[in-house]
Amino acid sequence: MNNAVLRLTDVTRTHGAAPHEVLALRGVSFAAYPGELVAVMGPSGSGKSTLLTIAGGLDQPSSGEVSVEGVDLARLGQEGRARMRRTSIGYVFQGLNLIPALTATENVALPRELDGVAPRRARAEARRALEEVGILDLADRFPDNMSGGQQQRVAIARAVVGERRLILADEPTGALDTETGEGILQLLRARCDAGAAGVLVTHEARHAAWADRVVFLRDGVVVDETGTDRADVLTEPAAR
Amino acid sequence: MSVKHALLALLEQQPMYGYQLRAEFEQRTGTTWPLNVGQVYTTLTRLERDGLALAEGEDGEGHVIYRITDAGRGEVATWFTTPVARTQPPRDELAIKLALAVTVPGVDVGTVIQQQRSATMAALQDYTRLKRQAAGSVEPADLAWSLVLDSLVFGAEAEIRWLDHCEARLRRAAAEHGRENWRLDDDASPSEHQFHRPAGETPARGAR
Repeated sequence: MNNAVLRLTDVTRTHGAAPHEVLALRGVSFAAYPGELVAVMGPSGSGKSTLLTIAGGLDQPSSGEVSVEGVDLARLGQEGRARMRRTSIGYVFQGLNLIPALTATENVALPRELDGVAPRRARAEARRALEEVGILDLADRFPDNMSGGQQQRVAIARAVVGERRLILADEPTGALDTETGEGILQLLRARCDAGAAGVLVTHEARHAAWADRVVFLRDGVVVDETGTDRADVLTEPAAR
Repeated sequence: MSVKHALLALLEQQPMYGYQLRAEFEQRTGTTWPLNVGQVYTTLTRLERDGLALAEGEDGEGHVIYRITDAGRGEVATWFTTPVARTQPPRDELAIKLALAVTVPGVDVGTVIQQQRSATMAALQDYTRLKRQAAGSVEPADLAWSLVLDSLVFGAEAEIRWLDHCEARLRRAAAEHGRENWRLDDDASPSEHQFHRPAGETPARGAR
């Protein structure tokens, strides 16, 4: 079981100092494997967003280990972690964080260019990613001229460009309506079906249900997990 | 569920025999509410008795074909234009179970909630998987099946939200009243992380 794309081992994260310290995560162990979408659910303050920022190397655990593709993030140093984020990890936020002055293509190509890929090649990759999320026709538009759903597709394209193997999504369906939100989940699902590992943080059960596994967090502790053994509650109609 | 009205609505499309009606029903609703063919024939007999359908002879293979009458058409039209009554909610085993769990001494309510949430989540994952498989088809029967799945998805989602709500309210009640009732032990290890309530102390409705 060493081929996990993401592995958290006994991760604890404390904010503040004693006696007022807050334990955001308390001994969380968790893994995501290639081809798998894992949802993390829990009430506000349960630690789910903290878990995601730590998994993505944006924050560091107070104790415990985080590895991405077998590499311990603590051993990488700041520069190494930044490089890991650009090459292996894709982030989708609820606030889209698109740069308004850049077109869709430029937004998607940016992480590749920052990683030293030649602009022409970075743009070609960006266009492929935009095609994958179904909005190649909007490649030259600026974010302000797109709907919320279209902007979220750009954000997803930016998260998957360059064949990143770990996709981390924090409430990616945010303020979108039911159908548009499902379109976004479909894209995440397709990326995982194609071999990436995905972690989806959500408070909506309907969205978590797109995952292969659902992990429940409460007060910084994993209290339950579901989805590995499926119960056959329904079968498809026979006549189809 | 009104099998009578569902069968009449199918007969409005064309005359059919029993097995055909069952197949058509399941094509639209999946095997969510399976119909046995005996139930179909019993219902057809009643429809004929009430003048809503007529047996109009057999096909070449000995199947008795039924067709709808004018009265039957009127009945279908009324069914479609009348909202389903919610005056008497169906008996909800989970709500009853939880109502008893919070009042019967010694029941670990936290575990009841968590186990149910996991089970409902697993069902929700199955519905979602089936929905993904049904997606993209433009066949009316597939769309109908997909809408039935949506109904199950929203139902399961509502149940999970309600369980979350119950959990939050119980925790707040425990904190506000400083009682041991339904207390969530924050220092417990994950496997022990559940509500505790000492035996013998039963919160009374009037005691708030």
